Parts: sequence; structure tokens; C-alpha cells
Amino acid sequence: MQARKFKTIWFPLAAIAVIVGGLALLFAWAAGLLGDRTTTRTFLGNTLQEFEPGYRRAHGKGVCFTGVFHSSGAASSLSKARVFSQQDIPAIGRFSIGSGDPHAADTSTSTVSMALLLTADDQSQWRMKLNNAPYFPTRDAEGFLAQRSAFEPDPATGQPDPARVAAFFEKYPEARKAVEYKATAPWPRSFAGAQYNVINAFVLLAADGKRQAVRWSMRPHATLPGLSAEERAKAGHDFLFEDIKQRSANGSLYWDLVLQLAEAGDPVDDPSQPWPPERQQVVAGTLEVTSVRDQAEGGCRDINFDPTLVPSGIELSKDPVLAARAGIYSHSYNARLREIGFGKATQAIGKKDGE
Amino acid sequence: MMHDLPETPAPAPGHFNLLGRVLHWAMAIGIMAMLFIGVGMMSSLSLRPWLIDLHQPLGIAILVLALLRLANRLLRAVPPLPASVPRWQAAAAHASHWLLYLMMIALPLLGWAVRSAGNWPVILMDGWMLPAIVPENPVLYAWLRLAHGIGAWLLFALLLGHIGAALVHAWIFRDGVFSSMARGSRTRVSRLPDN
Ligand code: HEM
Ligand code: HEM
Ligand code: HEM
Repeated sequence: MQARKFKTIWFPLAAIAVIVGGLALLFAWAAGLLGDRTTTRTFLGNTLQEFEPGYRRAHGKGVCFTGVFHSSGAASSLSKARVFSQQDIPAIGRFSIGSGDPHAADTSTSTVSMALLLTADDQSQWRMKLNNAPYFPTRDAEGFLAQRSAFEPDPATGQPDPARVAAFFEKYPEARKAVEYKATAPWPRSFAGAQYNVINAFVLLAADGKRQAVRWSMRPHATLPGLSAEERAKAGHDFLFEDIKQRSANGSLYWDLVLQLAEAGDPVDDPSQPWPPERQQVVAGTLEVTSVRDQAEGGCRDINFDPTLVPSGIELSKDPVLAARAGIYSHSYNARLREIGFGKATQAIGKKDGE
Repeated sequence: MMHDLPETPAPAPGHFNLLGRVLHWAMAIGIMAMLFIGVGMMSSLSLRPWLIDLHQPLGIAILVLALLRLANRLLRAVPPLPASVPRWQAAAAHASHWLLYLMMIALPLLGWAVRSAGNWPVILMDGWMLPAIVPENPVLYAWLRLAHGIGAWLLFALLLGHIGAALVHAWIFRDGVFSSMARGSRTRVSRLPDN
């Protein structure tokens, strides 16, 4: 009697509980709620909950621009994307500085950035985020976390712990050159004179099916010297932003979109390895920035310039940092749009305090 | 003679019709996959671009199939639950089935609207895009995104209950409820007990 009840009720019931419970656990694991693996949320830490409402969780201090991308047609044989053949493409973008704090001084970082969204007449979109740094410090995204924690100042000394820094370089030897570069790189004098680099590689797809791995840069027409240490000490809190407003008021600003073509054997999927400078370059067109406006009202505020949104004719490379950025950006974007949408943001949407 | 017999109503079917069964199981796989793809693309460091490219066309396919399935459900007879099922359970079964239909249609529409409100293209295949169904607007985006996320988690919870109940019918009650969805009928008699 007991045995029969076990066989017909308790055993199947236990099996059902295992199946249903197992599915629930698997789902929680896939969502990153179970276990301690690194997920895209790890990169944002508590900034998703605690941050000045409405601002980007990095590069929060920025300004919007609008303009036109004039394609030269030179890349149309490399990629069937409409952006390379249509003559004039409306552009919306954003200049920003690399600091996490949306109110940081412009002298707080030497990283300046450009973000861009091109919408061609076939409705295809090309989004990108570019930095003035020439390459990413580490070969993968986890390296970013490792570097951040290794260089965390020791509360006792106020300096990074040399042992942890050494352990980091042991694991990510390629990061030395980025750290050294950063220590000696010129400080930007103006957003207008900086070269902005895509860093991660992509693959162009031609109409005839040919594939070509590329990286690209926005190369400025303006050539400006870097900022000396004395000039930097005297520079105002918002000097870059005041400068770009002034310059753009006096006329358009220009950058060439320069494609760098990889050759066989180049490290396509490693963002820490630049390709040899003698690689063939193709000027795909020129970006003309016609006006610059505050980010609270300039139309770039609510855009996620997700670099993985590329038009047909451009594909992502297997660069692991590129793939990781997509999810990271989405969390930052969702958090800030939620704050704006639910009425929590003030300064970020141009409200004065107390309004 | 046969045609002299008084008219009797057609007997209720013992099984869901073939289209209903095929759609049920194909969509069961599709929807379960969509739920895992959805949370996976929000957490994964490496798979996000691939998963979101899959999430959108698969979600739209589910929307189309759900509409077809709804029509099939409304136009064709379905097997009644066996008399042994208590009334409250039958009511819960009906309510949850209609809720599942609602979710199968609302969730993809919400996803499509999320993309539209954020001015993202909904790409089905290389170069194949759907038009926006709501205007670009950050407030809309925030609410729709929240609704799509919460809706997906509610659907998952509902499905856990649905699967649990289906297996209880299959392995403990053995009352023919499971086989009415699992296989077709050779004879047009009403439900036979499993096994
Ligand atoms: C794993 C490494 C990285 C992390 C964790 C990270 C994190 C972030 C976050 C959270 C934002 C705010 C996004 C938003 O709310 O829209 C951001 C913006 C930005 N990131 Fe990254 N990022 C990484 C790598 C890179 C790389 C390699 C580049 C190089 C091109 C880059 C360029 C930018 C730019 C240009 C912006 C400003 C975008 C805008 O103006 O909307 N980031 N980053
Ligand atoms: C994962 C997504 C699933 C969805 C959206 C879903 C949805 C539904 C719906 C709406 C019905 C009502 C019948 C109809 O109109 O088609 C139903 C019936 C049924 N489902 Fe599912 N189902 C899913 C998965 C499953 C699984 C995994 C099982 C088995 C373990 C299952 C077992 C059943 C059974 C046995 C019935 C028949 C119930 C009756 O006779 O009233 N379903 N399902
Ligand atoms: C049966 C249909 C669908 C299911 C079960 C589903 C499920 C999910 C899940 C579980 C998430 C993650 C939620 C979170 O973690 O917050 C998600 C996110 C999302 N889904 Fe869906 N989805 C469906 C259909 C669609 C469709 C048709 C589209 C668009 C055409 C879509 C677009 C999105 C978008 C844009 C996100 C958010 C991505 C982000 O915030 O970065 N979904 N979905």
C-alpha cells in the first residue's frame, strides 16, 4: 500500500518539483541572479541604482551635435551599406569626456569621445562610440574590471597597491602599453582637434560577398597642439565645452572617416592590439558638424549610441569587448531613461534646482 | 436506418486538433527559448549581439503564430476537461489559458513598441525592417520597457504553474488531460484515461 502510494504519487510529485524548480533556477542563473559569474551588470555596480538621475553612467558630461555625413563613395566597393553610397546623410552625435562624474572638470581626464548615429535613406542606422585613445588596455572586457580593481587606491596610502598592480600586469601584459601611453599622451585642447577611434574591429561586406575587416577613425581637419601642463593648470572647469560651442558658432567643423583595412594575420579580434600603421586607408567620407547644443535639449540625450547597431553591409567582429559593451550600454541607457521617464531626473533634463 | 436516427450534437473531441497541438508544442519551445534569450541577452558578456538578433524575429514569429492559434482556438471545438476535475481547478485552467493567450500576443507587441519608442529598428533579417508602432519618446520607452520586462517574468511564472499542472495530470491524475494535447485521436470518442 505504502509502496504503491510512493510509486503513483510521491515519486512523480518529487519529479515534477525537480523539473519546475530546476527550470526556475536555470532561469535565475541565465538572468545573472544566481551564482557569481561576471555579467554585464557587474560593470555598472551600484551605479544602476545610485547615480544622479538621468545621466549616463560613464561619459556623462557631454554636448549634442548635429551635422551631415558626406560619403565619398570610396568605400562603396568594400561595403554594400547605404551609408557608403548615399551622398548626404543626416547625423546626430555627442561629444563627451571620459569621467564617470557628469559634472567633472574638463581637466579631470584626457579621454575625449565622439558618439554618432547616421540614418541612411533606407532607414538603416549606424551607431558608433569613438574615443581618442588608440586602443583598449586589455584583450577582453574582464580586463577592464581587473584593471579598475588593481588600480583602486589603498585606503592606507592613497596609492594603488604595487603588488596588485604587478599581478594585473602579469595577467594582462598587453595593458602596459596603454598605461604608458596614457601617462604621456597629449591632453586635448579642443573636441575639434581630437582624432576619435572606434578601437574594436568590424567586417565590411561587399555586394559581391567579399569580406574585409576594418577599424576606423574620425580624423579632424583642424590640427591643434596638445595642452601643456601650465595651460592645463589654468584651464577652466568647462573649457572644452565652452570651446566647442564657440568654434561651432563660427562655422562647420570637419572630420574624415578613415577606414583602416586589416591584412591576413592582423589581430582583428583583439582591441588591445593596433594594426601596423602602414595598412591601407580609405577615406569613406567627411563628417560635417554644423551645430552644437546642450545635451539636455540637443536630441542626443536619449540615444544609446550602441556600437553593435550597424547597418546591413557592416558586421561585428568577434572582438569580445565589442560584444560585452552592447549589454553594458543597454543597462546604463535603461537606467537613465527610466529616471527621465518616471520624472526623477532634474539637471539631466535641463531643470534648474528647485524647479 | 442510419439517417432515421434523431439528430444528436457532434460529440466533443477528445483531443486538441492537429493544428492546435502542433502550434502548442512548437510555440512552447519557441516561447521558452525567448524567455531565456531575453534574460540571457541582458546578462551575457559575449552573446548579446547574437541573442538580440534572434530575439526580434523569433518574437515577431510568435506574435503571428499566436494570432493564428487564437483563431484556431475560437473556431474549432476543444476537449472539455474531465468531470473529475474540480470546478475551481477547471476555472483556474481556463483563466490561465486565456492569460497565456493574452501574453503570447501582448508581449511581442510590447517588445516591438519598446524598440519603436527608443528609435531602434526592428530588424527581422539582413536589411528587412518593420516600421515603428509607437512614436519615439523617452517616457513611453521607460514604461514600455518596464512592462515588457515584468510581463516576461510573469509569463515565466505562469508557465511554471502550467507545466507543473500538466505534469500532475500526466503522472498523478492520469485523466487524459495531458494526452489531449500530446496526441491525436484515432477514434472520435471522448477522452480516455491515459494508459
Ligand atoms: C568594458 C569596457 C567599457 C565599459 C564598462 C564602458 C562603459 C560605458 C558606459 C556605462 C557608458 C554610458 C553609456 C550610455 O548611458 O549611453 C559609456 C559611454 C561611452 N563609451 Fe564606453 N565602456 C567601455 C568601453 C569602451 C570602449 C572600448 C570605447 C571605445 C570606443 C568606449 C567609448 C565610449 C563612448 C564614446 C561613450 C559615450 C557615448 C555617448 O556619448 O553617448 N567605451 N561607456
Ligand atoms: C512554454 C510555453 C507554453 C505555452 C505558451 C502554453 C500554452 C497553452 C495554452 C494556451 C493551452 C490551452 C490550449 C490551447 O488553446 O492551445 C495549453 C494547454 C495545454 N498545455 Fe501548454 N503551453 C506551454 C507549454 C507547455 C508544456 C511545456 C507542457 C507540458 C509539460 C504543456 C502542457 C499542456 C497541456 C497538457 C494542455 C492541455 C490542457 C487542457 O486540456 O485544457 N504546455 N497550453
Ligand atoms: C514571446 C515573445 C517575447 C518574450 C517571451 C520576450 C522576453 C523578453 C525577456 C525575458 C527580456 C529581458 C527582460 C529583462 O531582463 O528585463 C526581453 C527584453 C527585450 N525584448 Fe523581448 N520578448 C518577446 C518578444 C519581443 C519582441 C517581438 C521584441 C521586438 C521586436 C522584443 C524586444 C525586446 C527588447 C528590445 C528587450 C530589451 C533589450 C534591452 O533592454 O536592452 N521582445 N524580452
